[in-house]
Amino acid sequence: MSEHRCDIKLTVNGETISETVEARTTLVDFLREALSLTGSHVGCEHGVCGACTVRVDGVIVRGCLMLAAQCDGAKVETIEGVSDAGEIADLQAAFERRNALQCGFCTPGMLLTAQELLRGGGVPSRDKIREQISGNYCRCTGYQAIVDAIEAVAQERAEAKR
Amino acid sequence: MKPAPFAYAKARSLDHAIELLGRDEARLLAGGQSLMATLNMRLSAPKLLIDLNGVAALGGIAVKDGTIEIGALTRHIEAERSADIAKHAPLIALAMPHIGHPAIRNRGTLGGSLAFADPAAELPACLLALNGELEIAGPKGKRTVKAEDFFKGLFETALGPQDVLTAIRVPAATKDTRVGFAEFARRHGDYAMVGLAAAARADGKGLAGLRLAYFGVGATPVRAKKAEAALANGHVDDAVTALASDLDPSADVQADGATKRHLAGVLLRRVAKQLMEPRA
Repeated sequence: MSEHRCDIKLTVNGETISETVEARTTLVDFLREALSLTGSHVGCEHGVCGACTVRVDGVIVRGCLMLAAQCDGAKVETIEGVSDAGEIADLQAAFERRNALQCGFCTPGMLLTAQELLRGGGVPSRDKIREQISGNYCRCTGYQAIVDAIEAVAQERAEAKR
Repeated sequence: MKPAPFAYAKARSLDHAIELLGRDEARLLAGGQSLMATLNMRLSAPKLLIDLNGVAALGGIAVKDGTIEIGALTRHIEAERSADIAKHAPLIALAMPHIGHPAIRNRGTLGGSLAFADPAAELPACLLALNGELEIAGPKGKRTVKAEDFFKGLFETALGPQDVLTAIRVPAATKDTRVGFAEFARRHGDYAMVGLAAAARADGKGLAGLRLAYFGVGATPVRAKKAEAALANGHVDDAVTALASDLDPSADVQADGATKRHLAGVLLRRVAKQLMEPRA
């Protein structure tokens, strides 16, 4: 019952996966190493940088602060799945257009974090956008362009709804 | 870094969790937003992790007999969105957006934060300000501990090795309830350099039952009792002066003691304003 290895069955980007994992394997390491989904990045490994952000059961979490063993029965979505589904195509385009990325290390986490705010609808204030991405480090851009891109997409989506 | 090897077990019930805690070097895993970081950095290396997620008895928010009870496994995001907490525990509602970042709040639990007892965390101070109590289950059954008796020292609480924190209870707010909350953090969502949670009852032009609970200024949340007495009579300047004898913050990685003491005074003035305003 209590084991060092666990059998898990979950969906990752819509695909059903059955694997045996070491109990100590974090979700992000499982995604990267067992499933070769390397869009989720491993940065600080203690929940500070946000590079490992993925969605579990519809909400963003730190991939380094959750065990793969805890994801038995869960629905996991990574940047690969969310990107392929076209859900954030406008956000990705805005990031490119406004130079909201340089090295790209923070970008997958930044996009998923921004999308969680934007999914709520409306046009959030710049302060609210900054608060939302406060847990995601970017060491290239100085954040200004990222806030610009997120704000622009919020406005575009609000406009398109009218 | 990666965690050292451990065994993993899902608790099927509260009793099962308590039974599993009887094993050698077992730790409870709730939201994991602090514990997982310490495992990754090998600051802790338990032999067994007992996953509480899925123990339904630890969830839920209920209001009865002038008390609001919040299950230990309630996640920060649930508390943040709870209409019951906004109405009946407005101090907790005020503090919630300061706790961690969105992805952290989606997983982290109120019980986990209280049981971990980080000296710079928001919730322990809120519970102390509200004169709340914590319900604990262990091998001999359930017991209740007041917030002021729960936080014993640095990361040290009244929880025994086979105890599970099951719920917290705070008096439900009335129309006379006044609360205030403010903190300084270098980055929004980070642990505070200094923070202040406060609760009182409006009493004419003054405040009755005022409790000022600072965090980030000692090993545990700290009441500023002389400042409480001064502020209850409306003397904000005297209250700020009184902090010199109430608080003795030592330096940490964030700031030296003198800076923290200064910031404590700034926060007191901000919170005093909040306390004087009727609740919406």
